[in-house]
Amino acid sequence: MRQSEEIAERFPDLHPPFAAQAAIAEANRCLNCFDAPCMGACPTHIDVPRFIGKIARDNLRGSALTILDANVLGASCSRVCPVEVLCEGACVLHRYNKKPIEIARLQRFAMDSFHAAGGKLLRRSQEEHPEKIACIGAGPASLACAAELRQQGFQVTVFERRPLPGGLNTYGVAEYKLPARASLEEIELIRGLGVEFRYESEIRTQQDLEQLEREFDRLFIGVGLGAAHRLGIPGDDHRDVIDALQFIARYKTADPPPISESVAVIGAGNTAIDAANAARRLGASNVAILYRRAERHMSAFAFEYEHAKQEGVRFLWRVMPVRIHSDEHGIRAIECVQAAVGDDGVLAAVPGSNFHFDCQQIIYAIGQSPLLELLSSCRSLELSNGRVVVDRATGATSNPKYFAGGDCVNGGREVVDAVADGKRAGLEIAWSLEVAHA
Amino acid sequence: MPKAPDLAVNFAGIRSPNPFWLASAPPTNCGEQIMRAFDAGWGGAVWKTIGEPIVNVSSRYSSIDWNGQRMMGLNNIELISDRPLEINLREIAEVKKRYPKNALIASLMVESKREAWHTIVAQAEDAGADGLELNFGCPHGMSERGMGSAVGQVPEYTEMITTWVKEKARTPVIVKLTPNISDIRVIARAAKRGGADAVSAINTINSITGIDLDSLIPRPNVDGKSSHGGYCGPAVKPIALNMVQQVASDPEAALPISGIGGIATWKDAAEFILLGCGTVQVCTAVMHYGYRIVEDMIDGLTNWMAQKNYATIEDFRGLVVPKVTEWKHLNLNYKIVAHIDEAKCIGCELCYIACWDGAHQCIYLDRVSGPVDGRVELHAKPAAIEAATRASITVTPIPKLDAHAGASNGRNATPLARIPRIDETECVGCNLCSLVCPVENCITMVEVATGAKPETWAERTASGDCTVPQRHS
Repeated sequence: MRQSEEIAERFPDLHPPFAAQAAIAEANRCLNCFDAPCMGACPTHIDVPRFIGKIARDNLRGSALTILDANVLGASCSRVCPVEVLCEGACVLHRYNKKPIEIARLQRFAMDSFHAAGGKLLRRSQEEHPEKIACIGAGPASLACAAELRQQGFQVTVFERRPLPGGLNTYGVAEYKLPARASLEEIELIRGLGVEFRYESEIRTQQDLEQLEREFDRLFIGVGLGAAHRLGIPGDDHRDVIDALQFIARYKTADPPPISESVAVIGAGNTAIDAANAARRLGASNVAILYRRAERHMSAFAFEYEHAKQEGVRFLWRVMPVRIHSDEHGIRAIECVQAAVGDDGVLAAVPGSNFHFDCQQIIYAIGQSPLLELLSSCRSLELSNGRVVVDRATGATSNPKYFAGGDCVNGGREVVDAVADGKRAGLEIAWSLEVAHA
Repeated sequence: MPKAPDLAVNFAGIRSPNPFWLASAPPTNCGEQIMRAFDAGWGGAVWKTIGEPIVNVSSRYSSIDWNGQRMMGLNNIELISDRPLEINLREIAEVKKRYPKNALIASLMVESKREAWHTIVAQAEDAGADGLELNFGCPHGMSERGMGSAVGQVPEYTEMITTWVKEKARTPVIVKLTPNISDIRVIARAAKRGGADAVSAINTINSITGIDLDSLIPRPNVDGKSSHGGYCGPAVKPIALNMVQQVASDPEAALPISGIGGIATWKDAAEFILLGCGTVQVCTAVMHYGYRIVEDMIDGLTNWMAQKNYATIEDFRGLVVPKVTEWKHLNLNYKIVAHIDEAKCIGCELCYIACWDGAHQCIYLDRVSGPVDGRVELHAKPAAIEAATRASITVTPIPKLDAHAGASNGRNATPLARIPRIDETECVGCNLCSLVCPVENCITMVEVATGAKPETWAERTASGDCTVPQRHS
């Protein structure tokens, strides 16, 4: 992995870590609520008052282990979670006109200390079970499932099509939130438990799956989503029309991509914002997000929108790209029309409203397709809208040998949701195998 | 316009422009310090104890922090003044000359010999001290040599040495009492029998503040070892108030009292005065923040006195002494119950767990809000409530995927289900929930008319009716 100093310099921590004294002062603000709303709001139900209390009482190892007990990716979650709508959003101090406890930064403090001290994940049981589980994909859902099963003594192998583990944690999260090396450091602890990782091992065909079914007792599908939706307009095959996730993956794990003076980002979700901010930090002076609907419809979180404005990203609302203009020097502009909602409620182009937005690069982030080719190869696996249908409490699918979680199940949520899915599935797989034994 | 309250006091014959004195301690180590303290507004100062020559160790102090706050309690193993006696005496004379209106008290400690006491009394008074404080309280170091609390823990010694001092003294004599004794009144009575003009209470409390868990050395560390020290600061105030009240309410000990122990603010001072003290002495708060704290002690007390229409300290001194009584004289028919202001409740549920685990199990989380899907558990116990949360499935609200994700998540309104309910028929009025509640005035204790006339345990047992009503459970 190449991690240039330039990237580290251009993408410093958005939320700098606490110094020890500041962490203890912040930890002491926590009321230690009973049945704390922050714990309830966390998809992995980290016992927040418990880990914060341990920071206040100078028990940092206990604090980190409290976090890891609920969420094995507690370090990355502390950096990438949209805590404004999760734990910190639920803090009762909001109702007392006080700042909520900085839970994410405290969690990061505990996890950073754990990593710095060379902490290792604990096994839940010292027993070894012979049963083998394959986790397909090395993203957060699979990692959580794999860790849970290995901690209980099962034999787990993770198959990943890319050269590095972590999925979007490594390849897709803005570097100022979670540097790729921090993601890899965290996964190293899971590998240290004895989980086997096979990289550049894509499971694609029915034959691949049948091979796994023969070799493994249970399969967990944590493959995430597939290819990005393309713009579908004339000129979108130009080499400077870039998929946002590929753009982010490249600057995070390879050489920083050359960036143009002026960049258009299509879409207004959280990925679009990550890409637009990255384009700014990599040197583009004019970055605009083009969105076909209004400000209030954007799918990015409010705090992401605010952040993008601070980074100097402009927003153009109600514009639809219709064509990309280029010549032998490259892209010249993207042609757009104004969009309006008609009487029938359908978004339509306003005739004659065409305009050109001058730019040399276009980054698109308008969603991803499901990995239908793979998913439909799994026998008797029920799908709905391209998502695997599971029992939410257990991750069980319609095929008793298969379990699933993460974006391929929930359509694309947060890292912490994937971790919760993977852990629940891991617990259920362990239980189902023990029952089969008994 | 009414006259501003007058803070001046006459304490056992010692005049002071206000009741705020510096206690005998490091802040009164030398004349230069005391003059700066008087400039800052302190009414009086008790000079750091003079007498036997001593040698100090390093280090000398250690403290207890609490919840991120520094020095809730302070401990020291420093001995009496380590400066030559003649220098202290010369500086006493100099300070008294320059600040004739301030009260300057000499704290004394010498070996338990009549001549030694006569000599030091004469020396201090010749230097110009307005009064003498006999240090019978120092609990560390000096006590091993038969001085300090070694005297103050034995009524006969206290009385004898006080008598010797009174044979010689021309100025008022204050005996400083140690709290390291089972009944402080016994020593106060001895001081009075010996002819003391006043007492001061309390000296520091024997303590070991803590142990360094890396080095396994107790604090303060003197080359790998420590020794018990004297504990003071905010942590000791309630103990001091109780001891002051005991002395103030005892007819055989009745003497003017100079209150000491954790005093840091005008409110602390007002409380000591309400329990009978004529002056108060301060040390730890000055060691923490400096002499400047006296400004608000004077200002705050003056404002409070004006608001209460007290013209002088004597107008409110001792008012609360009769309100502290023996338990058997409390009204058994007075009933209060907790009341939660729903508009103020933030839903932390600390009152709930405190009542369940630490009190009388009469606060419930059985109110329902939002869509109810399935059985509602009434009167669930704490473990069941937490287990339900852990078993729940929560997902991050994503605007694109969740129709209502953009809507307010209710940050500013506590869901009814998180507002505890008090069973008033079972509430015993213990106050615990109102003490743990982090929100001001959210839980208040409300009087409930019982219809029964006031009756104390003493009255009930005297009337021969010893029946104890049973609590429903």
